[in-house]
Amino acid sequence: MKLFTKALAILAISSSAAFAAGKAGEVIDYDFSFEGPFGTYDQNQLQRGLKVYTEICSACHGIKYVAFRDLAAPHGLGYTREQATVYAENFEVIEINEFGETEYRTATYPDKFPENNAVGAPDLSLMAKARAGFSGPYNLGINQIVKGMGGPEYIASLLTGYTGEEKEEAGTVLYENTAFPGGWISMAPVLWGDDVEFDDGSPTDIESTAQDVAAFLMWTAEPKLAARKQMGLTAVIMLTVLSVLLYLTNKRIWAPVKAGRKETTPAE
Amino acid sequence: MSGIPHDHYEPSTTGEKWVEKRLPIIGLMYDTLMIPTPKNLNWMWIWGIVLTFTLVLQIVTGIVLVMHYTPHVDLAFASVEHIMRDVNGGWALRYIHQNGASLFFVAVYAHIFRNLYYGSYKAPREITWILGIIIYLLMMGTAFMGYVLPWGQMSFWGATVITGLFGAIPFIGEGLQTWLLGGPAVGNATLNRFFSLHYLMPFLILGLTIVKIWAFHTTGNNNPTGVEVRRTSKAEAKADTLPFWPYFVIKDLYALAVILLVFFAIVGFMPNYLGHPDNYIEANPLVTPAHIVPEWYFLPFYAILRAFTSDVWIVMFFSWISGGIIDAAFFGVVAMFGAIAIMAFAPWLDTSSVRSGRYRPMFKWWFWLLVFDFFFLMWLGSKEAAEPWASLSLIGSAYWFAYFLVILPLLGVIEKPLPRPATIEQAFDEEHPPASGGAMVGDKAATPAE
Repeated sequence: MKLFTKALAILAISSSAAFAAGKAGEVIDYDFSFEGPFGTYDQNQLQRGLKVYTEICSACHGIKYVAFRDLAAPHGLGYTREQATVYAENFEVIEINEFGETEYRTATYPDKFPENNAVGAPDLSLMAKARAGFSGPYNLGINQIVKGMGGPEYIASLLTGYTGEEKEEAGTVLYENTAFPGGWISMAPVLWGDDVEFDDGSPTDIESTAQDVAAFLMWTAEPKLAARKQMGLTAVIMLTVLSVLLYLTNKRIWAPVKAGRKETTPAE
Repeated sequence: MSGIPHDHYEPSTTGEKWVEKRLPIIGLMYDTLMIPTPKNLNWMWIWGIVLTFTLVLQIVTGIVLVMHYTPHVDLAFASVEHIMRDVNGGWALRYIHQNGASLFFVAVYAHIFRNLYYGSYKAPREITWILGIIIYLLMMGTAFMGYVLPWGQMSFWGATVITGLFGAIPFIGEGLQTWLLGGPAVGNATLNRFFSLHYLMPFLILGLTIVKIWAFHTTGNNNPTGVEVRRTSKAEAKADTLPFWPYFVIKDLYALAVILLVFFAIVGFMPNYLGHPDNYIEANPLVTPAHIVPEWYFLPFYAILRAFTSDVWIVMFFSWISGGIIDAAFFGVVAMFGAIAIMAFAPWLDTSSVRSGRYRPMFKWWFWLLVFDFFFLMWLGSKEAAEPWASLSLIGSAYWFAYFLVILPLLGVIEKPLPRPATIEQAFDEEHPPASGGAMVGDKAATPAE
């Protein structure tokens, strides 16, 4: 039956196999600071990513599940409440007033980022978890533990994956993209290099900006990542200690039985 | 409670006597905890505790999640994100509950195959076994409906595909499907009833679990040798068994701690490993995902469901004799539920008088082939419905049925079993020879200071 236990372990590994894979095209395995059991977000990168999102992505996409107060949450972008409040003032949110009319007002600290359905672009809050860039080795997906599911890699690869080819289909212009499943995407290329300026003088080439915004979108999808990994680590350490103690207890209790002493009294 | 002779609870203090006379609950707890348990149980006998623990874990996390969840098609997805982002520790509750479902199924499959190998389903434990199959079916229903609640793309389309199965039943199918869904398609009514049932069914499972414990405490545990505990005298029973506390409680807790270690590593470091990325996209009835797949624990039976297409001869045959009433879709549904239901008949299909697979040289091979078949079907279930997987699914499904309907009945007749130990005591002593000191070798700590 030991074999069976092993088989079960493989089951746990293989299950997510094929269906986590998707049919994404070529996804480049970028290195991100938040990969692996101990990886955390790079605060500066998230701030740069927010800038890219604000100046470029937000023209068409919303992140409706993220609140401005989240910008001041721990283990994230590291802004102060004041900074987040000032940032929120750049946005307008919809509110229903006392007469039942739709009204726009300036966003405040506790508000969520506005939705953006202007051109039918999908909301990006969860995009980094809604896409799987890779699931190796052998489609088992087990390398998630060190590399993640490849969501941010997919986003960065998509942003850098334009070949420059375009075609028109049923009145829509499609752009060839090496990362997009099917190879043709309706979103026009948005990054050309030097699209934003970073205060800290970080590189602004397409690859760097794409990675910055991908990291930011991973944070919007999983803002509690640091707390989660911390919990995981604490749980693993505590359960290891507990397992060792129970192993020793178990061994001690069973020793007289296995030694063949017939009349046994439960261990004191 | 059990038929194995052992010491029963004797109330000693006045208070205990007072309680015991009115409600013998201390005695019940004592007898349950001190139940004589075959001392040769191996590590495959830990899954019961894992399952019980997981049931409680799921109920507790689930009850708290419900406090923050909103069962409405327009609000459900956002409320799950609210749990993930704004509720204190909500992300932990949700990830534990989500992965807890997988832990539940890992444990239940291990438990089922353990029973199949050691013949635990055989007389006198048929009722325990059937209760287990019913619990397993309820688990599948609960897990399926729970997966719909976050109202992601896979939730919606999974629900559409699976409830569509009922539509395949001749004559009443369409009406039944509408009745189940509360409308012509998966919608708000569906979400609400699934939410209600997802809350109810775990408590049915809990109730059946208690009945199941009652049942196997009556018959006593099976054990790796399949040889029954001697019940002729208390002394003989004592030589074969040990009280559940502390021997098996500590052993089970140790195993549980190791399993939880792996579980929390997954929750902490790769919580979406067993999920599907599409479920982070809100349900949209207008956009069908490229590839609709159920959760991993349904895949083997999903493969059986899809295996029987209209070009398979047995489907054609049944279609012909039924005048077209039985079509491929209905046949697939019957096959899928039949593949689970057939397990309930194992006690009568297995004709061998030997319980444990340990002493059945031919059975062993067929058993491991069944385990392989299970994983093979699981893999096939994750593939698209195209060749060569369709044909392979058919072969896999055929073996699943053949194992129960042909191999188990035949083996009992043609197989020559190996000699079995006369008693559990003898088997245990052979495994841990008293002469060598057993586990005492090199283990100073194990010698109590006497």
